[in-house]
Amino acid sequence: MIPGAFDYHRPTTLAEATGLLAEHGDAARVLAGGHSLIPMMKLRMAAPEHLIDLAAIEALRGIALGTEIRIGAMVTQAELIAHEGLAAACPILREAALQIADPQVRYVGTVGGNVANGDPGNDMPGLMQCLGARYALTGPDGSREVAARDFYHSAYVTERAEDEILTAILIPHPAPGTGYAYEKQKRKIGDYATAAAAVMVGRSAASIAMTNLADRPIWSQAAGAALASGDVAGAVAAALSEIDPSDDNRGPAEFKRHVAGVILKRAIERARARAA
Amino acid sequence: MAKTHIKMTVNGQPVEALAEPRTLLIHFLREELGITGPHIGCETSHCGACTVDLDGRSVKSCTLFVGQAQGAQITTVEGLVNPDGSLGVLQEMFREHHGLQCGFCTPGMITRAHRLLQENPAPSEEDVRFGMSGNLCRCTGYQNIVKAIMAAAAVLRGEKEAAE
Repeated sequence: MIPGAFDYHRPTTLAEATGLLAEHGDAARVLAGGHSLIPMMKLRMAAPEHLIDLAAIEALRGIALGTEIRIGAMVTQAELIAHEGLAAACPILREAALQIADPQVRYVGTVGGNVANGDPGNDMPGLMQCLGARYALTGPDGSREVAARDFYHSAYVTERAEDEILTAILIPHPAPGTGYAYEKQKRKIGDYATAAAAVMVGRSAASIAMTNLADRPIWSQAAGAALASGDVAGAVAAALSEIDPSDDNRGPAEFKRHVAGVILKRAIERARARAA
Repeated sequence: MAKTHIKMTVNGQPVEALAEPRTLLIHFLREELGITGPHIGCETSHCGACTVDLDGRSVKSCTLFVGQAQGAQITTVEGLVNPDGSLGVLQEMFREHHGLQCGFCTPGMITRAHRLLQENPAPSEEDVRFGMSGNLCRCTGYQNIVKAIMAAAAVLRGEKEAAE
């Protein structure tokens, strides 16, 4: 379990980091918390020659509650959970983060790493799609924003270009009184979801996304529209028609489809009960 | 691949060494520094036997490169003894309440419990179970581990005397 050798870089500015990424190209990977990348490197399924640790870049830290919510890419899950202002502004974030991995992993694992990696098992991508979040990306040619709903193409393949770094997540404030729930079925603490659902429901709008039920998160416009008009059965049916689970050690696809229906119904009920 | 100059503080002692960047923190602690309290259990970030305290956070030292701990304050189970070298409160309570069977997971359990009680000095039993969920005991001695941590919390709050 010894990773391949690499050169370690610890830039202190974003410009320095994007410069290193441009210089080393395919041979380089950026390191956030490392709790996805380091296990892959130990298995030699990833063997970057240059590792660019983003930990010392101050601009990637911090949570700001302005006209919208801005979460720096290097904010850890534990920092997100501990932030009282964020929990008041958008409580589904804390509810979901508390269901990720275990305490030690949450102290180190970052929100940016979770959304950028493109792992279909990660919880934050579906949640960010549900919330209508945007990701800020910076590369050698400048910065741009991409909607979370447009970011994920397939497992580990995202809209982020090789020479770009995801720097922040931007989330519109949910309307007052919006009900929310993040529901996750897993085999044990620390596991990825067998199925997970993020639901936001307000007076005339609703949003539904599902996790680990396809090679990317599934945000279902039709499911959200059905729920917004009060049609729970229609919302569940619409979401289930868009997922594409596969057989693996968490169960056969049919079982996952069943679990997905159960947890989505639970999430909808809980979100509606919380809506004002 | 150039070696990196590593500086950190481990159990109050300043430490300096050259290490290959690919060195994991657990290997640096055990092999370079000879601090063998943190154990290598699963090596896959699941079991928590390698847990150390890094700048006030419980971390799995098998899943950090040594460079990520540059300049950090690290505490291992060895650092949780009293200044006179006797067992600290958590260690004593694990002994008193039989919080270990084979003992392999114990250093990680105690180091994690230390941080948990720093953050929440009066946890419920549920808080303890949730807060300890990143540490596995394959003897499955969880009941007594939880008892030991609850007892240590009471002692640290001054509600209970540690037994002699």
